[in-house]
Amino acid sequence: MITVASIQNGLVIDHIPAGKGLKIFYHLGLDSANLQTALIMNVPSNKMGSKDMIKIENSDDVNLDDLGILAPQATVSVIRRGKTVKKFSLTLPERVVNLLFCKNPRCVTTVEQQVDHVFVRLPGSSSYRCKYCDHLLAV
Amino acid sequence: MLKGRHLIEPHDFTPAEMEEIFRLAETMAASMGDFFSLCRGMIMATLFYEPSTRTRFSFEAAMYRLGGQVIGFAEPNSSSVAKGESIADTIRTVACYADIAVMRHPKEGSALVAAGYSPIPVINAGDGGHHHPTQTLTDLFTIRHYKQRFEGLTVGLCGDLKFGRTVHSLIQAMARYPGVRFVCVSPGELTVPDYIMAGLPAGCAVECVVDQPLEQHIGKMDILYMTRVQRERFFNEADYLRLKDCYILDRRVLSRAREDLIVMHPLPRVNEIAYGVDDDRRAVYFPQARLGMIARMALIAKLLGVS
Repeated sequence: MITVASIQNGLVIDHIPAGKGLKIFYHLGLDSANLQTALIMNVPSNKMGSKDMIKIENSDDVNLDDLGILAPQATVSVIRRGKTVKKFSLTLPERVVNLLFCKNPRCVTTVEQQVDHVFVRLPGSSSYRCKYCDHLLAV
Repeated sequence: MLKGRHLIEPHDFTPAEMEEIFRLAETMAASMGDFFSLCRGMIMATLFYEPSTRTRFSFEAAMYRLGGQVIGFAEPNSSSVAKGESIADTIRTVACYADIAVMRHPKEGSALVAAGYSPIPVINAGDGGHHHPTQTLTDLFTIRHYKQRFEGLTVGLCGDLKFGRTVHSLIQAMARYPGVRFVCVSPGELTVPDYIMAGLPAGCAVECVVDQPLEQHIGKMDILYMTRVQRERFFNEADYLRLKDCYILDRRVLSRAREDLIVMHPLPRVNEIAYGVDDDRRAVYFPQARLGMIARMALIAKLLGVS
């Protein structure tokens, strides 16, 4: 068993499905953020069997908007002086860029390589609309 | 203020802005010669990445009738596009030469990409099966011309409602007027896409009639908008052949319609309207093409800020 010390101040992203932690680590830009971070993979979990976790020390200035799509089951805890002061589940972002990719073969994003893939969430729904071709994508 | 704007989707302009264009178009229709030098010294670029005769001719005729000039290509193999140039680069280059650009492209969303990079107004002349806002402008101007109103009309749409971009644009545009009802008649495989239905305002009345004869429903329509089954949108030729003649408007079917119905069609027609219907005074699809050119004249003048 590997033991990773608790953090004193910062964020813990827990209940990430096993195997997705590394992708989230990169997506959040933690590889280049100059923060003390720990990516823990395949941690035994009663609820999930196994899971990944990310601990970020001394910062909660991390943009978590896309996490709702990357790992909707994940939870985020805010830690102060070693104690959890806030814990929340994730919500779906209103707009995502280069996270979802249009599956419509007629969409311009299939040929214009420099164009960002932009999706906007339908109000009150978990479906997203491609900015360019309007096709819907259920998350 | 329409000067400098793009027209990418039918609802880019408010109903009030559309009315501004229609009023100018009405004046132009009444005295075409008065506008012959309105765009003198200006150039319109036509970027047609897929074949079109009618829409391209309509735009070019519109610009020539305003006294402007036209440059462009009618198929991509004769341009730098064949060398692999992106839409973004093409439009930025063209903007160095022209005052306004008109673009047709087979990929959905292509005009929006162009507009994102263009310093001159971009008009979407059709992006795949997605939007065709100037056909909508044509269709609305035609409806306004013959019906003098939009509110409370029952609009029948028949044929290929899946790939027919003119249908999608018309539905979205007409849905903004109060009391408009739609009756959508099509085969099961060619119904209106979900994303169009999802975007309609709450309470918008849409009756979808699948695999039923047109004659059972034509009697309740103020407008019948017929469409061609579009061979170029099918991946499978067998599906096209099976569906191409699914709905045909002939004199027998038309005899069930009201006397004040108007029959519209974006053209070109294949088999979906019998030639016998052409002489019926309710058939307005050829006058519709002329009204479309005039509506485009007004649009060009407004976007260039010369009206």
